[in-house]
Amino acid sequence: MSALVVTGLSKSFGGLHVTRGVNLNIAPGERRLIIGPNGAGKTTLFNLITGELTPDGGTIELSGVDVTHSPSRHRAHLGMARTYQIITLFGQDTIIHNVRLALLGLSPKRWNPLIDLRRQAALTEQGHEALARVGLGHIADRPLAQTSYGERRRVEIAMALAQQPKVLLLDEPFAGLSIDERRDVHKCLMAIPRDVTIVMIEHNMDVALEFAERITLLHFGEVIVEGNRAEVVDDPRTREVYLGH
Amino acid sequence: MTFWLLLSVNSITFGALLFLLAAGFSLIFGLMRIPNLTHGSLFMLGAYFGATFVNGMLGAYFDFWLAALMAAALVAVFGAVIERFLLRQLPGQPLAQVLVTLGISFMVADLCLMAWGGDPIAVATPPGLTGFVRIGPMVFPLYRIAVIGIAIVVGVALWLLLDRTRIGAMIRAGVDDPDMARVVGIRVSGLFTMVFALGAALAAFAGIIGGPILTVYPGIDQYMLPLALVVVILGGSGSLLGSVVGSMVIGFLYNFGQALFPELAYFVLFLPMLLVLLLRPQGLFGRFIP
Amino acid sequence: MTARLAVFIIAIMALVTLPQWMHGVYYVNVASQILFYAVFALGLNVLAGYAGLVSLGHAGLFGISAYATGYMLNLGYSHSVAIATALSIGMVSMAIYAVLSLRATGIGFIMITLALGEIVWGLAYRWISITGGDNGINLHGRPEPFGIALTSPNAFYYAALIVFLIALAVMTVFVRSPLGAALMGTRDQPRRMTALGYHVWLIRFFACMLSGLLTSIAGILFVYYNQFISPQALDLTASAEVLLMVISGGAGTLLGPIVGSTLVVVVKSVVSGYIERWNFLLGAIFVAIVILMPEGLVPGTVRLWRAAFARRRPGPVVEATEKAS
Repeated sequence: MSALVVTGLSKSFGGLHVTRGVNLNIAPGERRLIIGPNGAGKTTLFNLITGELTPDGGTIELSGVDVTHSPSRHRAHLGMARTYQIITLFGQDTIIHNVRLALLGLSPKRWNPLIDLRRQAALTEQGHEALARVGLGHIADRPLAQTSYGERRRVEIAMALAQQPKVLLLDEPFAGLSIDERRDVHKCLMAIPRDVTIVMIEHNMDVALEFAERITLLHFGEVIVEGNRAEVVDDPRTREVYLGH
Repeated sequence: MTFWLLLSVNSITFGALLFLLAAGFSLIFGLMRIPNLTHGSLFMLGAYFGATFVNGMLGAYFDFWLAALMAAALVAVFGAVIERFLLRQLPGQPLAQVLVTLGISFMVADLCLMAWGGDPIAVATPPGLTGFVRIGPMVFPLYRIAVIGIAIVVGVALWLLLDRTRIGAMIRAGVDDPDMARVVGIRVSGLFTMVFALGAALAAFAGIIGGPILTVYPGIDQYMLPLALVVVILGGSGSLLGSVVGSMVIGFLYNFGQALFPELAYFVLFLPMLLVLLLRPQGLFGRFIP
Repeated sequence: MTARLAVFIIAIMALVTLPQWMHGVYYVNVASQILFYAVFALGLNVLAGYAGLVSLGHAGLFGISAYATGYMLNLGYSHSVAIATALSIGMVSMAIYAVLSLRATGIGFIMITLALGEIVWGLAYRWISITGGDNGINLHGRPEPFGIALTSPNAFYYAALIVFLIALAVMTVFVRSPLGAALMGTRDQPRRMTALGYHVWLIRFFACMLSGLLTSIAGILFVYYNQFISPQALDLTASAEVLLMVISGGAGTLLGPIVGSTLVVVVKSVVSGYIERWNFLLGAIFVAIVILMPEGLVPGTVRLWRAAFARRRPGPVVEATEKAS
């Protein structure tokens, strides 16, 4: 059974078709890269998959469950996690608190108005584990305001990993990072075990191509080419989209 | 029959006053996304200023219409000062905007009480409009008809401003998408001050025009503000047509409600607003959900 | 930490012994008013501070419970029945408020709650057969919990103090709890919270209910204190006043609403004895707070204190504030 199946997904804003009949079939454990020029509809596709936008047509299946009409929060509980292109963390809090909120979102404890969140040893411990996986265990108690952009990106990834997702959607995880920071993030991503399926949008081809197994090229909301690395890179339509007009 | 017709004319007159008050409120809300809780105070200030000019100040008596224009101009300057020196400093901070606009309305209310005392002040109907209009067997007060005419003139002028001028196009663009307007290089700064001053002037103008009908008294600010608010929620913020329709609906509900179900008059007044909120949260003619 | 504990113990001692050192019935009564307005402000702070939902119609809810208490007592029911009914009606009203106003956030929420507050005011003012209209409802007597009559100012003060301390304890526990953290998350990043698996609407609804509970309790204390309720207690000015208490003291802090209610009640009842234009003064104070300490008195003072502290002892604190700014 596939980890994520998208069938005939469409979305338009006003008269503009941002997503046109997109089909994706992503196997468990796969590393899928989605590329395409600016405005190809990549982030919209992510927002449709996570449920932040409602599609006009088509279906989305997560591990065999039809989630087309379920709200975002249900998809999170079914094992979908994402990071954002624009970092959207809780800026007034510490790193560990951010990760704790991610963990709490899937725990029944989130409805509890009586216990002290900071004393929930299990949550804190899991939070530290998630941070250790991205190499931030040593600064867990640092306020987010005092962290670098690259560190925040890794906190984003730690939050997503803390949710123990089956499918992880990464929206441009390398964007805006320095070479060193890029290497750090790359290391985190390589260390993610195979029971997590990863779908990644990325512009930065050097890092992304190395990471991905299959690549989908999106252009004007449509899937133009799909295949393994060599197939997509060698396809004339890829060159047309990226180089020629 | 006569009773109902007279009630209808009163409703339209009240709706016309509400339109003058709410049109500016709607534009300010639509363009700047600011809940301008001083709007009732601006109405009251206009009414008191105008009443003072008409009833005589330092031995000088002014013509009603000149007084109305002077009051509107003064309050416009006051509005521009509030926008430029206070609200300008607080973009995107609704809590601080609420605090500062309420603070100003407290100050204005107390200053008015100090300057004009607690008794209602009557404003004489301008000479020439004191009579009645006879239509068939019916008799209507001329001034109420005149108020309707004034509101129509102001409404058409506003429509021309919004629809036919460059400034109007910029305001409309700003209402539709403030961020985009900024990106395409519309100088929102000057525009905001202008719209705020215009809204203040309209509110003040409504205050003095309404003087002969409502009189002027302490507390009229808190009486008018919620009505303006309901008009905007009903019609949709930033929409001129919405202000027209909203004002008329509220004008009728207010007058007929008082006459038919005095005990539930306010409930009847706010009920359509709740329905609109439930069924069409952006308002009847609004473009965005606030 | 120990310093904080010491301040807390001193504050409690001062509050408990207040009738002994505060001479004059008048000032004990002022203290009682501060306490129940603080409960009201703590209730509104759940929404305005922790949920980021600014309500300008809370005096309506406050008034509903106050009117319900008065109405039930005048029908001849006992204090306990009246209080229980008032709380239930207050909570049901809050639920209706919440369902209608949670369709929006931001300015939309302000507008809807304002309109709802006006509806309640309009009913209180005009539905004379139930509310007595402008004449309001008069009460006769206060309850006697465990046989202790609350008729004297001191006894009422202690009752208000107990209720206030319970409310403060509830809030202290709540803001540290997972649900409290989730609520603050929905204030800062609602979209993110949804993607993390939280039911944002329901969390906000629960926040409304907690807010409504504290507001109803404050309304009941208010009507027992004054032995009277009229539409004036729930008009727009009243809603504005309690919101100003929260914002001026510092929305989203535990102490802010308490400081804010102290400020407003003291200006209204004590300073007004000396300065005729106290309303102007109150307005001017609010404008000054926005200009000087837009985050409110409590967080603003903390900020100034830290800045002064950091200047004297340069070290990691300076570094932290520089990076944060």
